[in-house]
Amino acid sequence: MNFDDTPQEAEFRSSVRHWIDDNAPKYLLPYLEKASFATMDLGDYNANDESKAWRKKKFDAGWACLSWPQEYGGVGASPIERVIWQQEEGHYAALGGLFTIGEGMCGPTVMSYASEGQKKRYLPKLAAGEEVWCQLFSEPGSGSDLAGLRTKAERDGDDWVINGQKIWTSGAHHSDYGMLITRTDPSVAKHQGLTMFFLSMKSPGVEIRPIKQANGQSGFNEVYFTDVRIPDAQRLGEVGNGWSVSLTTLMNERLSIGGSMPTGFPEMLALVKSLQTGEGLAIKDKAVRDKLADWHCRTSGLKYTSSRMISALSRGETPGPEASIGKLVAGSMMQDMSMVALDLQDLSGILVDPELAELSARFQAMLLRSPATRVEGGTDEILRNIIAERVLGLPGDIRADKGMAFSDIPTGR
Amino acid sequence: MNFEFSEDQVLLKNQIRRALDDHCRSADVRQILESDSPHDSQLWRVLCEMGVQGTAIDDSLGGAGAGYLELCVVAEELGRALAPVPFSSSIFLAVEALKVAANNEQKLALLPGLASGEKIGTLAAWEINGPLQPDTIAMRWEEGVLNGRKILVPDGDVADVAIVIARDDEGLSLFAVDLTDSGVTRETLETIDPSRNFSTLTFNAVAGQRLGDAGDGWNLLEQVLNRAAVLVAFEQIGGAQRALEMATDYAQERYAFGRPIGSFQAVKHMLADMYVDLELARSNCYYGAWALSTDADELPLAAATARVSATQAFQHCSKNNIQTHGGMGFTWEFDCHLFYRRSNLLAVLLGGQSVWKDRLVSQLESSDAA
Ligand SMILES: Cc1cc2nc3c(=O)[nH]c(=O)nc-3n(C[C@H](O)[C@H](O)[C@H](O)COP(=O)(O)OP(=O)(O)OC[C@H]3O[C@@H](n4cnc5c(N)ncnc54)[C@H](O)[C@@H]3O)c2cc1C
Repeated sequence: MNFDDTPQEAEFRSSVRHWIDDNAPKYLLPYLEKASFATMDLGDYNANDESKAWRKKKFDAGWACLSWPQEYGGVGASPIERVIWQQEEGHYAALGGLFTIGEGMCGPTVMSYASEGQKKRYLPKLAAGEEVWCQLFSEPGSGSDLAGLRTKAERDGDDWVINGQKIWTSGAHHSDYGMLITRTDPSVAKHQGLTMFFLSMKSPGVEIRPIKQANGQSGFNEVYFTDVRIPDAQRLGEVGNGWSVSLTTLMNERLSIGGSMPTGFPEMLALVKSLQTGEGLAIKDKAVRDKLADWHCRTSGLKYTSSRMISALSRGETPGPEASIGKLVAGSMMQDMSMVALDLQDLSGILVDPELAELSARFQAMLLRSPATRVEGGTDEILRNIIAERVLGLPGDIRADKGMAFSDIPTGR
Repeated sequence: MNFEFSEDQVLLKNQIRRALDDHCRSADVRQILESDSPHDSQLWRVLCEMGVQGTAIDDSLGGAGAGYLELCVVAEELGRALAPVPFSSSIFLAVEALKVAANNEQKLALLPGLASGEKIGTLAAWEINGPLQPDTIAMRWEEGVLNGRKILVPDGDVADVAIVIARDDEGLSLFAVDLTDSGVTRETLETIDPSRNFSTLTFNAVAGQRLGDAGDGWNLLEQVLNRAAVLVAFEQIGGAQRALEMATDYAQERYAFGRPIGSFQAVKHMLADMYVDLELARSNCYYGAWALSTDADELPLAAATARVSATQAFQHCSKNNIQTHGGMGFTWEFDCHLFYRRSNLLAVLLGGQSVWKDRLVSQLESSDAA
């Protein structure tokens, strides 16, 4: 048992470190260091331009989409090399948010299902950050129950005609392409009538409306489709096979481990080490110490769980559903921690002005953002189901819609 | 990075599990629980024959010369089987105290007997109900003998040797004491988990030898407790794992309202949360094992982290194992209560959770680590 790099890994790490040191946009570092909890504010710099510039630089030097094959814009690096890269990229990784869905989910699906010509056309541009992708899965009536989606695709000659609505599409307003899951046959059971496509977000009939989020920002959107035409050549997988294609996408989401989930614990520790309460430093308070110990244990547990997964990766194993615990643990912990952090600040805990609030108002941002962590990419409840069913082997939930044709399934709000 | 146990260590684990499957069935644990026997001497002999006690003791001192990672693997299996033997007292506490504090001559005199399992050791520290603090220790060392009383000594009825913390004019020191001395009186204590023995030892002019420097006793004791904490944490995750498995199995087999109770989300989610706590604790234990085996500077933090999270995971899994079993879980006949008892015993064995949490946060205070 050791944390040491193999000689080969050490060499790789050192070349990564040198390259980053010589090439990273160091002028952004003061902003990026504060860019936790989805508040990336680069001052006078444009976040998208800076993100794309860093991405392009990495791509040109052969550091983008490390584990992808070379012919599609990657470098064919091993999973462990990808992890090393993530560790070394540090704060600059915050510039990668725009590309996470493309690299982590859309790209791998295109790689598995698109034609050779399409892969050569789209993947290198995705890798280079020249084209941004989004994931058009959730709908107003189907989130957790993704297979209940109703956006319709109807065949018309060599094209498909799309009508319907997607929602919560992160980054749709910055995206060039999207992966779209649709219903092509409502007369069969819900998982069977689905078909996957990709399309240009500039296609006529696509309308993107930003949604103002609960924390005041606008990262996700509603996307409306009115008679949008997609050539059949942009279908991914067989007609009616969209469900298993979507599983490829969702499984790849889990593989993006390594850069372990931020928990906010270092910020919490910094706060209680510096904050004066009526009776001295907050960290001297018995109740604070009790909670701090619990959060440390969870943070440390996640960190070393990720070390165990990295070890499995380096032996060539694929992490399974047990990787679900990261977000489940971190999400509610961030929420709990931010509430305690605000409480310790007493009435001044309500301040959101970074100039006035403790630790540049990081905990206020965390309070307002953490509810989303517990919903996006699988809610806490769905993750518990996944652990119970796929790790512990317990029976699936009893379904009220089992065996019914999609068109017969009752709907509510 | 290689953050897992090696193939050989996994082989060792399987070997120990097979031996315990044969010699430490629930009936064997119940035998100790329900009788006056302080421990399962037959099982102890089986472990002796396999050389398990000496796992992490040098071969020059009669041990097997393997390391702490191997000992952690052993601890997990003993915890899983609820082994009613004085292993933690003798090996995690007494042996570790000798390793930390004894000089070469003392090691040569005492370790081979403990390594072979012929002799049993323990640690005698507590004197009052409540947390162990330097000022709670009154036992005196004067003119080469000890006088006073130690309560809550684990395996105090069967131990041949005790490591005792006591004071003289120079402060606190550790002493090794031969418990067969006629000045020692032993009195068995009743506890929440009768499958493990605890007793009160009274010393009336009992001879001993000082371990380490005079006045350094508290510091040495803290080092011993840190090392033992990692090993006991492995015992705890072993027990937690078994409790989770029992609950999961029962949830598949038991039906209510025409379906397995494991198909109710309230039950599924309860089990998922047990799994999550156990996985976090397991990862923290691995980190503790690494720190122990490399004698890393982070050992005090790693040990407290493993200790706190393994304590929580075992309590969490053992109580919800009963909940999953419903009324059956509250019968003497089902094994659920064995795990419930053991988890709550181990939770305070080396001092309670609030003490360990305080130690953990003190480490965070003094370092920049987060
Ligand atoms: C910040 C953010 C970004 C997102 N980005 C994207 C994106 O880019 N692309 C995309 O397609 N989607 C995206 N989503 C959508 C996200 O995947 C869904 O919100 C999520 O899957 C939950 O679906 P829902 O909102 O419809 O909630 P619902 O499914 O309606 O859930 C409501 C409540 O019911 C519970 N529930 C539902 N089913 C069950 C069940 N079987 N058992 C127990 N409880 C249940 C849920 O846990 C939840 O508490 C994003 C969401 C957020 C918050």
